[in-house]
Amino acid sequence: MNIHEYQGKQVLKQYGVSVPEGHVAFSPEEAVKAAKELGTDVVVVKAQIHAGGRGKAGGVKLAKNLDEVREYAKELLGKVLVTHQTGPEGKEVKRLYIEAGSNIEKEYYLGLVLDRETSRVTLMGSEEGGMDIEEVAANTPERIFYEEIDPVAGLTGFQARRMAFNMNIPAKLVNKAAKLMLGLYQAYVEKDAAIVEINPLVVTGDGQVVALDAKFNFDANALGRHPDIMEMRDYDEEDAKEIEASKYDLSYISLDGNIGCMVNGAGLAMATMDTINYYGGSPANFLDVGGGATAEKVTEAFKIILSDKNVKGIFVNIFGGIMKCDIIAEGVIQAAKEVSLEVPLVVRLEGTNVELGKKLLNESGLNIVAAGTMADGAKQIVELVG
Amino acid sequence: MSVYINKDTKVLVQGITGSTALFHTKQMLEYGTKIVAGVTPGKGGTEVEGVPVFNTVEDAVKATGANVSVIYVPAPFAADAILEAVEAELDMAICITEHIPVLDMVKVKRYMEGKKTRLVGPNCPGVITPDECKIGIMPGYIHKKGHVGVVSRSGTLTYEATHQLSEEGIGQSTAVGIGGDPVNGTNFIDVLKAFNEDEDTYAVVMIGEIGGTAEEEAAEWVKANMTKPVVGFIGGQTAPEGKRMGHAGAIISGGKGTAADKIKAMNEAGIEVADTPSVIGETLIKVIKEKGLYDACKTH
Repeated sequence: MNIHEYQGKQVLKQYGVSVPEGHVAFSPEEAVKAAKELGTDVVVVKAQIHAGGRGKAGGVKLAKNLDEVREYAKELLGKVLVTHQTGPEGKEVKRLYIEAGSNIEKEYYLGLVLDRETSRVTLMGSEEGGMDIEEVAANTPERIFYEEIDPVAGLTGFQARRMAFNMNIPAKLVNKAAKLMLGLYQAYVEKDAAIVEINPLVVTGDGQVVALDAKFNFDANALGRHPDIMEMRDYDEEDAKEIEASKYDLSYISLDGNIGCMVNGAGLAMATMDTINYYGGSPANFLDVGGGATAEKVTEAFKIILSDKNVKGIFVNIFGGIMKCDIIAEGVIQAAKEVSLEVPLVVRLEGTNVELGKKLLNESGLNIVAAGTMADGAKQIVELVG
Repeated sequence: MSVYINKDTKVLVQGITGSTALFHTKQMLEYGTKIVAGVTPGKGGTEVEGVPVFNTVEDAVKATGANVSVIYVPAPFAADAILEAVEAELDMAICITEHIPVLDMVKVKRYMEGKKTRLVGPNCPGVITPDECKIGIMPGYIHKKGHVGVVSRSGTLTYEATHQLSEEGIGQSTAVGIGGDPVNGTNFIDVLKAFNEDEDTYAVVMIGEIGGTAEEEAAEWVKANMTKPVVGFIGGQTAPEGKRMGHAGAIISGGKGTAADKIKAMNEAGIEVADTPSVIGETLIKVIKEKGLYDACKTH
């Protein structure tokens, strides 16, 4: 789960990380009021969307007076920002962050991620701040430094100082920077983050080390123990069908195609998409109904697939382990009856209780095309959709 | 022969009184797995499905000599269950549980350094040596005893491949699900090594998916060390970047972890990669025929 920059900065503040003063605003009036409260010569009007690259897309403006604040706020609210992370459809700006301007001397990059190769959290830092770190990694990998963190000791003082020196932070500010890194790590671990990025981290004219941006992504599997983070979830930033699916513990991802898929198991769900593609079709979604699915859950999954108006056909591909085929069959029948099913449906069942599942489908009186194998099912649905 | 588990393996079920664990305990018993104990704190002294239940893993091991545990404990408590299995010095702990917070697993991995126990999973279907021992949640009937080793990050995709092999009369020595999480215990290389050393395994099917670089590392290992043919499949060739495809570990980020990179690395290591999951079995048969291993692998 992602949160907004201003929320990220609220989290950072709790861990002693310096961030500029700022307030969130939902209207031009609130933006002006926030700027007044800040009382600084320059304020920054920042669009709040869950995507990077806002600056380049025109989502960050410097305002020198309250009129400019109002003007920029009007311009940005309701605007659709297209950045390299939003996709071509972009994201509508619904919130602004009004922040005190900073006297920037130099920009740096700081990040914390899980390194899958070492199974350790790793601190990344670079002197190349304000840029796309993936570009830096591709072009000048020697300019990114890493500290692998032992989960028992945590990030240590010497590691943080070494990172600060490597990043060429001015010597007199190294301790401040190291303290910020320790706070950042503490926030990462205590809040079960998956990624934290401060880009840019800045050194200011008055000798402060400040997080000018904050990008947080949290481990969805740990949100249960962080109600404060859960409260920061912004449903406007997420796909409506994905939200609906998450209510039923279904793993659903919207795609561009027209063949709805319902599969059990993430690997099989991905492979089903691949197979549809292989036979010239295009999947409308990824959907893993999971291991412990009930007939009710399957019904909901079906409704979600059909709520996508692009869907011209559905392929159900089940290989039962935990999942019993008769439960899938019951769900499919129930759903097809509840939602008047007007698109072709191909079902392939295999695994636990497969005979019972097939029998239920055959006796349902529904127009269901039975497929023997996954390839057969994919071919049939691609043909039926045309 | 086989790897990791066989007919003598004495299994302990952690979280045995939960509904999923109970269902699968019955299935494992029916398959012939020697389940000697269960653990649920507070339910010690009771019995389910004829299996004695203990309060702690330590008690269960002392009383029954269990050497492998299978964990069905809910996600918030699963990391602790793994630690308990490690502390009791079991040979292996197989963790089926999905949705364990990743930082819990980072700690578990650190704790396990230098310890005796091998962890398989989490978020995996388990391990099966056909006709001898089934530990986990896979449907037993799709497997057949034989000489092909299977290792996979995905549960249902493993069933898909195994089912194809069995239908063609190609049995399996052992099938190992290593799980779909970014931090797991046993990795591809561990299992490939075990298959390479197992005299009853003649060829291997390796099923990967997008995210991370485990397949690339495994391919490099295969190139340098593997003496037996390996065929593969990679799921998620059409997955969009930046989206977590169900498994916590299945995500392409920063252009890394793509199926194309993995397939390329595998091909370079001499691993033939199936175009679609439906032809994994076919691809293996083609390769073992080329190597003159088909008759030896065919189990009727």
